[in-house]
Amino acid sequence: MSDMHEHSVAYVRDSMLEQQPAPVTETGLVKWTRTNLFSTIPNTILTLVALYALIWLIWSVFPWFANGVWDASSIRDCREMLQGQTGGCFAVLAERWNQLLFGFQYPSELYWRPALAFILLFVAIAPVLFFQYLPSKMLVFTALYPFLAYFLIWGGSILAPIFAMVGLAAGYLVYQRFVAKSFAMGFFGGVIVALVALWILTSIPVDGILAMQQVESRQIGGFMLNLILGTVCVSLSIPIGIALALGRQSSLPIIKWICVVFIEFIRGVPLITLLFVANVVLAYFLPPGSNFDLIIRVIIMITAFASAYIAEVIRGGLAALPRGQYEAADSLGLDYAQAMRLIILPQALKISIPGIVNVAVGLFKDTTLVSIISMFDLVGMIRGPILASTEWNGVYWELWAFAAALFFVVCFGISKYSQWLERQLTTDHR
Amino acid sequence: MTTLSDPPSESFQLSQLINDTRYRSYTFQFIALLLLIAAIAYLGSNLATNLREAGLNISWGFLGDSSNYDINMTLIEYDSQSTHLRAAIVGVLNTLLVSFLACLTATIIGVAAGVLRLSNNWLIARLMSAYVEAFRNVPVLIWILIIYTIMTAVLPTARNYLGEDPESDLILGMFAFTNRGVYIPKPVFTPLGWVVFAIFVASVIGVFAYRRYATKLLYDTGKLLPMGWPSLVILIVPAVVFYFLLGMPISLDRPDPLANRFNLQGGVSILGSLIALWFALAIYTGAFIAENVRAGILSVSKGQTEAAAALGLRPNRIMNMVILPQALRVIIPPLISHYLNITKNSSLAIAVGYMDLTGTLGGITLNQTGRAIECILLLMLFYLTISLSISAVMNVYNNAIKLKER
Amino acid sequence: MKKTVIFGALTAAGLAAGAASAATLDDVKARGTLNCGVSTGLVGFSAPDANGEWSGFDVAVCRAVAAAVLGDPMAVEFVPTTGKTRFTALASGEIDMLARNTTWTFTRDVDLKFEFTGVNYYDGQGFMVPKALGVSSAKELEGARVCIQTGTTTELNLADYFRKNNMDYEPVPIETNAEAQQNYLNGACDVYTTDSSGLAATRAAFEAPGDHVILPEIISKEPLGPLVRHGDNEWGDVVRWTLNALIAAEELGVTSANIDELTSGTDSPEVNRLLGTEGNLGSMMGLESDWAVNAIKAGGNYGELFEKNIGENTPIGLSRGLNAQWTEGGLLYSPPFR
Repeated sequence: MSDMHEHSVAYVRDSMLEQQPAPVTETGLVKWTRTNLFSTIPNTILTLVALYALIWLIWSVFPWFANGVWDASSIRDCREMLQGQTGGCFAVLAERWNQLLFGFQYPSELYWRPALAFILLFVAIAPVLFFQYLPSKMLVFTALYPFLAYFLIWGGSILAPIFAMVGLAAGYLVYQRFVAKSFAMGFFGGVIVALVALWILTSIPVDGILAMQQVESRQIGGFMLNLILGTVCVSLSIPIGIALALGRQSSLPIIKWICVVFIEFIRGVPLITLLFVANVVLAYFLPPGSNFDLIIRVIIMITAFASAYIAEVIRGGLAALPRGQYEAADSLGLDYAQAMRLIILPQALKISIPGIVNVAVGLFKDTTLVSIISMFDLVGMIRGPILASTEWNGVYWELWAFAAALFFVVCFGISKYSQWLERQLTTDHR
Repeated sequence: MTTLSDPPSESFQLSQLINDTRYRSYTFQFIALLLLIAAIAYLGSNLATNLREAGLNISWGFLGDSSNYDINMTLIEYDSQSTHLRAAIVGVLNTLLVSFLACLTATIIGVAAGVLRLSNNWLIARLMSAYVEAFRNVPVLIWILIIYTIMTAVLPTARNYLGEDPESDLILGMFAFTNRGVYIPKPVFTPLGWVVFAIFVASVIGVFAYRRYATKLLYDTGKLLPMGWPSLVILIVPAVVFYFLLGMPISLDRPDPLANRFNLQGGVSILGSLIALWFALAIYTGAFIAENVRAGILSVSKGQTEAAAALGLRPNRIMNMVILPQALRVIIPPLISHYLNITKNSSLAIAVGYMDLTGTLGGITLNQTGRAIECILLLMLFYLTISLSISAVMNVYNNAIKLKER
Repeated sequence: MKKTVIFGALTAAGLAAGAASAATLDDVKARGTLNCGVSTGLVGFSAPDANGEWSGFDVAVCRAVAAAVLGDPMAVEFVPTTGKTRFTALASGEIDMLARNTTWTFTRDVDLKFEFTGVNYYDGQGFMVPKALGVSSAKELEGARVCIQTGTTTELNLADYFRKNNMDYEPVPIETNAEAQQNYLNGACDVYTTDSSGLAATRAAFEAPGDHVILPEIISKEPLGPLVRHGDNEWGDVVRWTLNALIAAEELGVTSANIDELTSGTDSPEVNRLLGTEGNLGSMMGLESDWAVNAIKAGGNYGELFEKNIGENTPIGLSRGLNAQWTEGGLLYSPPFR
């Protein structure tokens, strides 16, 4: 055979061929396009449709941005400058910037105060968000922050927040002192001492001592109001949510049923009806002669709303813990409070973090609903004073795009953080 | 080894209420109950005092009074002489209508976006991610207002369609998209028309019967009957045949541009506020449903796909017969809670003036009668009833699909 | 009786103390500010300007009351209220008085337990349509789409009017004036209906006010005035007589320009009694003797307030009409100060 071969074949290759590059359709961009965009006929159609839609979108939005007018005093000015071309009238944002952020009643010479409070919020919240990387000493600032922020935003005498802080600190010290003996004793003792201390301290008149100009709650508006409602309600609702979740899991039937009824009731009604309650009904249930600001009533209702949802998330976390954890805690001889504090909650909360963040994001978005009960948050500012004004009547898209963008940045940021944290906290080995 | 002696049979001491775990739980519950009763009594007495001081009372009589206001969208007979109660029922029906439409649309959008987000088409998958992120992270109220703005500020005014020589013609002679809403023709049934309608309904039942039969045959004998075209034939042919046999008894009431100087008359007008609410809720919730669908599909292990492929099933059959039935177990519970959210969020109708229950009972009735406590109580009761019944349905379903573990 | 309760640091000063009890006057004095409910924004009557400063005709009434009680027209907290929230805000004591284009009706007075302390503007419900539609009478509005501000008496009047004239219409209920205005301008409604003063105010804010006409028909009586809670007659008196002082001042020729001169003494006993240089009307109400001087100085007498905020020289351009003094054929008639 081999002999035959030598003679019968006219040509035999005796050198190796150079290695050829893969065909152009099988490498690089072309291959990527083929597999990812045009693999099958339906895929091709989809791609083309999507491309068309995308190009159309860019085509129509781009000139709107590019021709945007940033400096004009009214929509008519804008139209004059554009002379019939497509273009956004972003001047409304430039002119009403402060109103969108702070509301229209906040004294303009005091804008630096909420702005500073906002910047400090990052400093305060950083040790909580990035607890692995930042020294836990920074948490001291986090604890101080609520009082500082209150002082900055509302003004008044610095003694008021300091007294509140002293009261709470007294309560905490008592808790520290007794918690080793019995959690219940420490906890209730702490609460009682804090209340008594606050009661005594608030009867001291502080008006005008070391005071900054006071700002009334109803002067607060704009995106600042959304942020205040969001942060305050979320931070208040987490401890309440934990308590409700524990109550619902508890073996004590009365406590369990109180929690179940509360949670199911709140989750069963829309937030807007709760806001109506805050707005038109709650005042009837408060002691005659006392009167809460609308913003306080709204904070109460939104906190109740958020607590119920957070309670459900945490209950999920509690239920997801293996039974063995509970039994292990019992077999170590820990009592209920110790078991919860040291074994169960740290794990359950870790599981619940993504859910809690979801609730927080949802809640932050829902703070826009206060515009329906005539509070001037970001949406309320746009719908009310700005669109009603003679100058800017008819500038919709710029304003809505701005509002949507603000919320998107915040909410998207939070959800990305939560995904990152989830990866950080994964301790199981897959 | 010491044996544990019987505990001394001591008499009950007061300190046991605190220190003995057997009794402590009673103490705690007793305190909780006491606090609860105290709180309720406190709020109740405040309410009574406040009402007495303001000279008001709680009474439900206003529900029977005539409402004196008109509603622009009513699914049942209603005019300004009807009672407040009837206005509330109109509102309930409007709430249910918009919730139903939004749930349906959100499901379609959500499933499509969820499946497409897993598509191997890079561009489509990215676009769908962008859709999901953009809509999830912006408040639904803003979306409602944006779509409402589109409906009222971008669409042409209805006046363009009016008159002898209108600026724009009705699309196909029967559709109009205006800033007041969308006008579509309304079918008008003569008695014979109802016969045709009944036949159509019967055909729909027939289609289901046929498909059931075909499935049974497939499982029993392995014989595969065609599904697509016979269904279509059963659905359409009898109705069409009878429609012509009975002399075209169903006519269309088209929007008429000449009847009135202000508005298109006739046909069905779907209010802009309804459309705004419907689509905003659908697109917003659709983004959440898309995430659920994606999670559901990803939860089915790859082995299932491979096993199905190894059996020689075609890709769409793998999806329909292997992946989806398993994914549904994961998808449906959150889906139902999203339906619940849609129903609750539909109360934002008040922002665009759609007359749902919050608009009638919690809006105009409350404003006109000043019966805030009663109105809001009823409002909450309604939403609570809906939520609790949906939750009950969900619990039944969850128990039914629970994996039967052995 | 002022007790501040603290529920924690955040709520600390967010609490405003004292109200709903019977002695509103004492509460206002103790607090140092008057809480006055106004609308969320109706140019000419009550609207915040770009700096958040409230101004308008209703606002002026609030300022006059604050000046009479506290001596300072700026000591007012304006609480924006909607049609839904205004009555609860007043009933629950969140506000001391409501000056928000509120129509005096039987049920509001009797059933909702409020006390109307007078009328600061006699109004009636009207219709506004674009000129281009060529409508000249409300009777031609068959089939029209009508924007209404919900929560007001206009909603009921409208239903009555169309029912009486056997016409069809499609109501579009809208929460705020601002949105009603947008809907109307977009052409989403053919007609906008509200009090005719409100129509004029709304039209004034338009880009081209000349393109819109207000139809001649006035379909209702709308006496608008400030109101307070039932059961606190002292406070009701203060608000009632402050308003009357403004009206009487115009009748008696007392203006913010000549008031300082007149305070030093005039020949007219009634002016003297009004301005507190004779008699002790102020102390009968528990106010300073110069209460009316302060109220008038706050913005001027009724006529001055009218001219400044909604009169013919303002963009709103309302004529006095029914709101002229009774001596000039109007309905303004202040009871005598004696």
